[in-house]
This record gives sequence, C-alpha cells and structure tokens, in this order.
Amino acid sequence: MSPAESRIDPAGLPAPDMLEPKPANASQSAPHDGDAGEPTGLLAPAGLTVTLQRLKAFYGEVEQVKGIDLQFRSGEVTAIIGPSGCGKSTMVRCINRMHEEVPGARAEGRVLLDDLDVYDPSIDVVAVRRAIGMVFQKPNPFPTMSVFDNVAAGLRLSTRKAGDLQHRVESALRGAGLWEEVKDRLSEPGAGLSGGQQQRLCIARSLAVEPEAILMDEPCSALDPIATLKIEELIDQLKRRVTIVIVTHNMQQAARVADRTAFMLDGELIEVGPTEKIFTNPEDSRTEEYVTGKFG
Amino acid sequence: MSATGHGIERFALTPARRRKDRLARACILTATVVALIPLALIVYYLLSKGLGSWSWSFFTTDPTGNTFFAKESIGGIKSAILGTIEIVALAAALAVPIGVGVAVWLVEYGRSSRFAHTVRFFVDVLTGVPSIMFGLFVYIVLIAGTGSSYAAYKGSFALALLMLPVVTRSAEVVLLLVPGALRESALALGAPRWRTIARIVLPTALPGLVTGILLAIARAAGETAPLLFTAAATFRTSFSLSGFMNSLPVQIYNDVTSPTTAVVNRAWGAALTLVSMILLLNLFARLVARRSRLG
Repeated sequence: MSPAESRIDPAGLPAPDMLEPKPANASQSAPHDGDAGEPTGLLAPAGLTVTLQRLKAFYGEVEQVKGIDLQFRSGEVTAIIGPSGCGKSTMVRCINRMHEEVPGARAEGRVLLDDLDVYDPSIDVVAVRRAIGMVFQKPNPFPTMSVFDNVAAGLRLSTRKAGDLQHRVESALRGAGLWEEVKDRLSEPGAGLSGGQQQRLCIARSLAVEPEAILMDEPCSALDPIATLKIEELIDQLKRRVTIVIVTHNMQQAARVADRTAFMLDGELIEVGPTEKIFTNPEDSRTEEYVTGKFG
Repeated sequence: MSATGHGIERFALTPARRRKDRLARACILTATVVALIPLALIVYYLLSKGLGSWSWSFFTTDPTGNTFFAKESIGGIKSAILGTIEIVALAAALAVPIGVGVAVWLVEYGRSSRFAHTVRFFVDVLTGVPSIMFGLFVYIVLIAGTGSSYAAYKGSFALALLMLPVVTRSAEVVLLLVPGALRESALALGAPRWRTIARIVLPTALPGLVTGILLAIARAAGETAPLLFTAAATFRTSFSLSGFMNSLPVQIYNDVTSPTTAVVNRAWGAALTLVSMILLLNLFARLVARRSRLG
C-alpha cells in the first residue's frame, strides 16, 4: 500500500469514523492514527485508496467479473471503459457491496479501502456504504422529498447523529455546484429540478455523508451535453477531496475527466494506465481496437 | 418487395379499414355504456328511495324497535352509523399494519423464496373465501368455542380477516412499483435496510397504499355476513367494543325484510348513508395522500 494517504477532510469537518477498526485490523490501520488533525491535510490528497484483489463477481452461476486486480488511487479520477455487458458496473458495485443486493449475486476476492477489506466478516456493510458514495446512471432524487430533504436524506437515514444539518446541506450543495441554483427553492420537490440539476442533487446527496470515495456509474448518460460538462467540471473539483471511480461509455468523457483509465472486456481487466497512454499508445491490441472504435 | 411508385394509394385509408375502425369503436363504446348502466341505476335508486328518509332525526336517533304502530316513531340509524365506524376502525387498525407488514416482507425480504410463494398462495386463497366463512370462523373460535357472547370486537376480527388479503395484495403491488433505484440509492447512502423501507419505500408508495387500504375498508364496511353472528345487532348506540353493536349492513339486512314500508325506506336511507360515508372517506383520504406528497 502506498503510505501517504491522508484521511483528512479538506473542509475541516471531522472525518467519518467509518469501519470502526476491529482489534484484528488495529495494527494494519495504525499508520492512519498519526494523520488525525494534521493541518497538512489541506494539501495532501484526501480520499481512500481502493484496491481490488482477485475480485470475482457472480450472478447465480454466471461469472460476470473474472478476477480483477486494480487500484483506484486517492486524489485521482479513474475511468472504467469497455463495451456493454463487460462487467464495469458489476465491478464498481462490488466496491461498496451493492452487488450483493441483487438476489443470487455474490462476490469473491478482496476489496481494500486503504487496508481494510470490505468483505471481512467483521465489517459493517452500512459503514462501508457511508464511506463510499454512489451516483447512478439515472438521476434518482427521492420523489417524496424536497431539495433540502434529499441532501439531508443520507444524514437522516444513517443512524448516526447528523449534527448541524443546515450547514452540511449547504456545503454539500456548494460542493456539487448546485447551491446558487437552488438556494431559493430548497423546500421545493427535488424531482422538480432539471435532469442535470437532479444528478448534481444526487451528487450533493452523497457528498453530504462525507464519503471518501465516490463511484459514478455512467452519471452523464441520461444528460444533455451542457449538463454533462457541468458534472465533468464538478468531478475535476471533487477529486481533491474524494477518490473518484467513473464508469463511462463515452470515451471522450473518459479522456476529459480521468487521470487513469482502465479498459475491461468480458469481465476481465485488459489494461490500465494513464488516460493519455490508454488513448494514444495502448499496449494491448484489443484496447487499441476499442478506443479507435473498431468494435464495442 | 418495397412498394414504391404507387404514390398516395400506398397510404390511403380504404373504406374497409374505415368500417373496421368504426365497428371496433362502437363495440368498445357499447361495452363501456353497458358497464355503466348498473352503476347509474344503483345510484339512481339509492338517491330516489333513500333521500326521502334522510332527515336530522334520521341521523341523530337510534332505532326504536317499533315496526307496527304507525303513529310512533321507528327511529333513525345513529347506532348503526357509529357502530359501523367503530367496528370498521378496529378492523382496519388490526388488518392494515399486519397486511402492510406482510407485503413489505414479501417485496423486500421474501421476494421469490419458497416461503414467500406459499404466503402469496394462501393470501390469494384468503381473497376468495366467502365473507360468511370469516363470520363462521370467528363464531366457532371466539363465540361457540369459548362459550361467550357476541361482541363488537369479534365482528372486527371477522372484518379484519376479510380485509387482510386485500390490503396485503394491493400493498404488495404498490411496493413493487417503487423503483429499485430508490432503494439502491438509499442503501448506497449508508441507510440500514429498515430505514430505507420506513423512510423511502413506504412514503413513496403511500398514495397507492392508501388506495388499497380504502378498497379494503370500503369492502369491509359493506359486509353483513361476518357481522351477523359476531357483533349481532342492537338498537342502542354503544361505545363498548365488548358488547353487542349495531352496524349499517346489519341494520339494512334487518330492515329490508320488514313488512312495514317505513322500515324498508329506512333501509334505503341507511344504504345511501353507507355509500355516502365510503365516498366521503375516499375523497378525504385522497386529499390527505395528495397533500402529504410533494409534487
């Protein structure tokens, strides 16, 4: 593991004490103990390093993800590209253990957040999901809730004390670049916003819980180009605070936002590297064929 | 194969096509009208026969039991109205939490497990059971079985059994309509499953749940058979759920067989009252559901 990850929130808010370290893991997580309260956190990249080790995912007997080793580094945006059905979404959903919500689905292998395995039996899945936010393909604000309540939902739904709700909702909305647009309509229904605003509302909703990584599963595929551009700008700002993994069908988007890009095919990781290299000088011929549009 | 070069004929509306369209439209319209005729007749008869017996005292006095002496009052239906409200309210209080609970389990936990299929099967069987069976069941278990007397709460039990499958099945359908994406996004925010259900799934499904519950209440409020030998009938207004209690369906049942015209008219008035109450309840609940929901 790289030694220098910091878990300090740049906004100075207390880092969520997710994954309450268990005795068995205490020695492993020791390096982080020294980080608490260090002012250098403002400059050091925040967010978790997420490491997949021999990750396999199944739907019933079908092996959708076939043993992937991959690392998502803190302070970076990693894009996952690949043709439909290659297991991109499934792989990403294994990271916050949403994959197992599908009946008959299971995963094997290890997913490390820094150095804690989320599939360890002593881990609380709810704490994992609080530490790793997720943004879905279609904007899905809670239809019964106002803009404010949508952003506050993650705080209210979790069993922990929410603290200063007003302040945290505002900072999450600012973080998602939505505050100026909605500050006068906080009590209006969240579903009344435009598609792009709804998606940024969903991003604000996950930011409010103060995650250390955010998984985005084709977050712009339902949006128009201008809304897409806004989300991409947002991703660029957010990567300083959280590790970002973005699944995308749009290779231009991967090229625009990602520091590193991973190419998947048939449940396997074909190649991962700096985005520029993947698009201009890939090592594998299949990657080259895909990024040049010869298939997929 | 492509028929080019025929100009407009290719797209022309032929007379045969036009005739078929007219015929199909006529059939559908006829079916709609035929279906509406009984409804219109029921409303017409209820209004024409029932409205005449409505008066202030009709709603504010209990039936006197007098059916022979034309000079003396036969009384109104106050005890029946209040009795129906009490019995049905208790029945709903029993059936709604259990029914919605079963539906939540079926949709959120049981899904397609063997036990869930078994539960669904028996709920469907329960839907088809004639209402008098619920009355008999409660009579055998709670009255004959214990050697005790009729009581309003026993009527409520019978009605609750009747409502249970209706509430469960309608709630299940409505909960299935809640998009899975909402559950996923709540879970992905780190919400425990029970909070996801309580704060996201149920509020989203609320208007549909209310509709299903109302259907069940409407059905139960009009049932005579389960009450005949559980809550029995009495003239006096009662607020004790452990005693005999009058109810609108039983009052109608008793009155309509009377040889006295005034008493039969009271049955019509009571029937109109029952229908109006259910209609009001519907309107009220729709208003509440609409207001409780944003957008």
